[in-house]
Amino acid sequence: MSSLIWLPFLPLLGTLIPLLTARFSRTTCAFMTAALPALTLFLILSNAGDIFQGERFQAAIPWIPAIGLELAFRLDGLALLFSILILGIGLLVILYARYYLSAQDSIGKFYAYLILFMFAMLGVVLSDNLIQLWFFWELTSISSFLLISFWGHKADARKGARMALTITGAGGLALLAGLLILGNTVGSFSLQDILDSGPFIKDSANYPVIVVLILLGAFTKSAQFPFHFWLPNAMAAPTPVSAYLHSATMVKAGIFLMARFYPALADTDLWFLIVTLTGLATFLMGAYIALFQHDLKGLLANSTISHLGLITLLLGMGTDLAAVAAVFHIINHAIFKASLFMAAGIIDHESGSRDMRQLNGLWKYMPYTATLAMVASASMAGVPLMNGFLSKEMFFTETLHQASLGSLSWLIPVLATLGGIFAVAYSMRFIHDVFFNGEPINLPKTPHEPPRYMRVPVEILVALCLLVGIFPGFMVGDLLFAAASATLNTQAPSYSLAIWHGFNFPLLMSVIAIIGGLVMYQNRSHLFKFQAQFPKSDPKLVFEGVIQSIASKAGRIIAFTENSSLQRYIFFTLGLAAVMTASSLLKLNATAGQRPEIPVDALSITGAVLLSISALATVLWHRRRVVALITLSVVGLIVSLAFAQFSAPDLALTQLSVEVVTVILLILALFFLPQKTPKESSPRRVVRDLSLASLIGGVIGTICYALMTRPLDTISTFFTENSKTGGGGTNVVNVILVDFRGFDTLGEITVLGIAALGIYKLISRMRLFMPSTDGNGLAWSEDRHPILLAVISQSLLPLALLVSAYIFLRGHNMPGGGFIAGLITSVAIIQQYVAHGVDWIKTRIKLDYQIMIGSGISIATLSGLGSWAFGHTFLSSWFDYFYLPLIGKFELASAMIFDLGVFLTVVGATMLILANLGQLTTSERPIQKEHD
Amino acid sequence: MEGIYAFCVGLLTACGIFLTLRGRSFSVVIGLTLLSYAVNLFLFASGRLKLNSAVVLGQSEQYSDPLPQALVLTAIVIGFAMTAFAVILAMRARADLGNDHVDGNLPAQPNEASNRSGGNQ
Repeated sequence: MSSLIWLPFLPLLGTLIPLLTARFSRTTCAFMTAALPALTLFLILSNAGDIFQGERFQAAIPWIPAIGLELAFRLDGLALLFSILILGIGLLVILYARYYLSAQDSIGKFYAYLILFMFAMLGVVLSDNLIQLWFFWELTSISSFLLISFWGHKADARKGARMALTITGAGGLALLAGLLILGNTVGSFSLQDILDSGPFIKDSANYPVIVVLILLGAFTKSAQFPFHFWLPNAMAAPTPVSAYLHSATMVKAGIFLMARFYPALADTDLWFLIVTLTGLATFLMGAYIALFQHDLKGLLANSTISHLGLITLLLGMGTDLAAVAAVFHIINHAIFKASLFMAAGIIDHESGSRDMRQLNGLWKYMPYTATLAMVASASMAGVPLMNGFLSKEMFFTETLHQASLGSLSWLIPVLATLGGIFAVAYSMRFIHDVFFNGEPINLPKTPHEPPRYMRVPVEILVALCLLVGIFPGFMVGDLLFAAASATLNTQAPSYSLAIWHGFNFPLLMSVIAIIGGLVMYQNRSHLFKFQAQFPKSDPKLVFEGVIQSIASKAGRIIAFTENSSLQRYIFFTLGLAAVMTASSLLKLNATAGQRPEIPVDALSITGAVLLSISALATVLWHRRRVVALITLSVVGLIVSLAFAQFSAPDLALTQLSVEVVTVILLILALFFLPQKTPKESSPRRVVRDLSLASLIGGVIGTICYALMTRPLDTISTFFTENSKTGGGGTNVVNVILVDFRGFDTLGEITVLGIAALGIYKLISRMRLFMPSTDGNGLAWSEDRHPILLAVISQSLLPLALLVSAYIFLRGHNMPGGGFIAGLITSVAIIQQYVAHGVDWIKTRIKLDYQIMIGSGISIATLSGLGSWAFGHTFLSSWFDYFYLPLIGKFELASAMIFDLGVFLTVVGATMLILANLGQLTTSERPIQKEHD
Repeated sequence: MEGIYAFCVGLLTACGIFLTLRGRSFSVVIGLTLLSYAVNLFLFASGRLKLNSAVVLGQSEQYSDPLPQALVLTAIVIGFAMTAFAVILAMRARADLGNDHVDGNLPAQPNEASNRSGGNQ
């Protein structure tokens, strides 16, 4: 079945159709919308035969196999069953919603949300990968949020949707954690691998964590106690949504999850304890609360909770037959509950109320709908000849056949019967209170039968109730067997789907439930009075209260940690870094390693002393900014000397030229900034900062020392060996930059260019005031540029350019290259600015630095692209040797073109920054143009 | 020699961090510059210290590690771009906000006297 991989995406495509066809008639829109789901259903059903034979279809497209990410779908019995429910009931809901929604509602939007949800749900049941399953799982939460809040003008709808999203979303996060642990434990995120390693998972130490987290996801989604309260509040949704999401699909996702992971996780004491008790509690509580609801949909919602509890209870029991019963009840509940929701919607639609205190005696007005609703509620109550009876009978049988609670095991069948009694009672209330029991009271509309086709979906579902109830083997036998086998990951045990099993205990329980339920309904007034004594508690208010208290607590924490003080943030960040680096140093036994150290010489000592003094002086005098700048430049100078000392001539040259440029930049900046820093740090803060700085300095120094005294295991031998033969240059550092790691360098010069352009934009809009005096109140000198400097620097320019050309050309074989040559050229041009001023330069040097940056990056990129033309990978270099008369042997390398790009970018970026900053003080400043 | 080198790296780091934690933007820029010296020296040291062994083929018997040098070379240039960006940002912040405090506004109790002497309006 090759279509499986794109099959789930058909509905996704279908989300666009209603949006596009909404402008046509509603009927057209409904039919067009139904087309793609119908096609999907048809395609899936066409494979049903093979699946009934025990086949399983799987299809996958790998994405990142190393971490188990793939697009993978599977179609087996369980997936088939759920796909039929999702698509089949989905199609009926589309038809139903066509009549349910009023003319004011945007039907296109509604259908789009609905189909999106359908897609998500289909993705959940067809997923063959854990992460992908979770992704679709969260998509169902999000799309159901959109559906529940469809009537966003109602506060109820907004609150209900938010609550549903919060609960199911939080459960989804727990599920993600559970699935990740599960996948890591097994070593695979493929569902089949997980299902096949059940015994291994159950033995692993992570098993309890996995079970609890995954069950949290399942219980929140399937509205199990104590997370059940979101479901009744989600009833603010339009009824088609309730019929779809809250009977057949979304709330069944949790059940699906438990069934899906049944072979991997179930059948342990922990599973039994959690799942059975939760299911039992939910089953009883839902049934009890349902009886006291006055809202039709409220009754159905709580009954849904109860039935979900029943299925959960069955899944918890751990016997194969109980799992079969669970799967069977999934089918039956979806059928009768969807039809009941639709009937409730019809009643609401045609009488204007859902309150059972007003709705009485509707039989006279809508006998046809009443008959349908009565059949469906009989199924809900578990009356014989209905499908609900069959699965409930299986449920009763299973409660009798388990002994996990030891000598207290008799409790389970007794409580199950009690739940059955409540179920009969609330079903009876749905029938008797609404369709009989006197006359309607103050209804907004006179009730009448709905439009013909609005009834069709209900008729189909009710017919299914009866057909499955009377001919179970013929109707669902194959499907049930295939789904149960897929759930168990093995052949399902033999079971009997007959209506009549003779006089036995389960039948007695059914009889007790029906008679007891009727008696209870008869005496309901006493129960209602008893129930009225309890103080009313609204879970919605409790939930909102909890959310608000969380929000205010979070707000307080944020207010405490984020006081918008950069100093505090940096302190915390650095403190954390210090703790993390220092703690790993504690594990290092000896600071010094085995590597012999270089003997100390006097020159190095002098350098180190100078560096230390000037670094400390920078800190000490940092509030006198010019002084700090001078000491800083001494530090920079010694750093470049250190590079020269330790065999890095390229670095020394680079550092030296950058040093010049940096100091000029900072001096220019200082012109616009205060000349001195006020003394404002409290002594406490100084001590605090000093301690942190010393701690980090000590840690870094220690790491540095430990690193240097240990033997080196480097990958650089490759570069040294291949530099000449592969890159055509003897200066390995330059060959690495322009050839081996050319792609990195391309990235670097791009960043450089972006930074320069960013600075250019920052400068061009700067609203600066011109300081007329320096920090001491002395006026700035108005002298012309000194003539001596001007003359010398002018005559030096060609020489400097020549030097940089030389440095550039020899860079491949000797220290030098594009970076250094670019910086030297920049320094030479800056010197002209210093000596002559911006006005003088403007008329003489007409270089557009932005174009220079752009062309530099383009040249570098193109030289890389050029290698494609010769069938090589990006940035492969080429070189060869040529002979010319007079000059002799010389080398041409494509890497030089790349280096030219680097050169142009460096010159352009440096000059764009400095020239623009420099001209701020002159008549060329952009701000004056703007204001004049 | 390694000990002295490591001491200098540690000292530069400490000085850089102390200045980075100050409240005025120019001090922070100076601190970042000191810090980037320290970082560059540190990265360079990961190739171990060697005397008279520049990686120019045919110029010496043994070679130092060229890879950290190549990394540090680009780091120096990018470091300049970063310093420039930070200092221009500081200027822009002063121009738009009227002060050069890193938070964009002066602390709750500004020291009036020193503030006046520091300003140059």
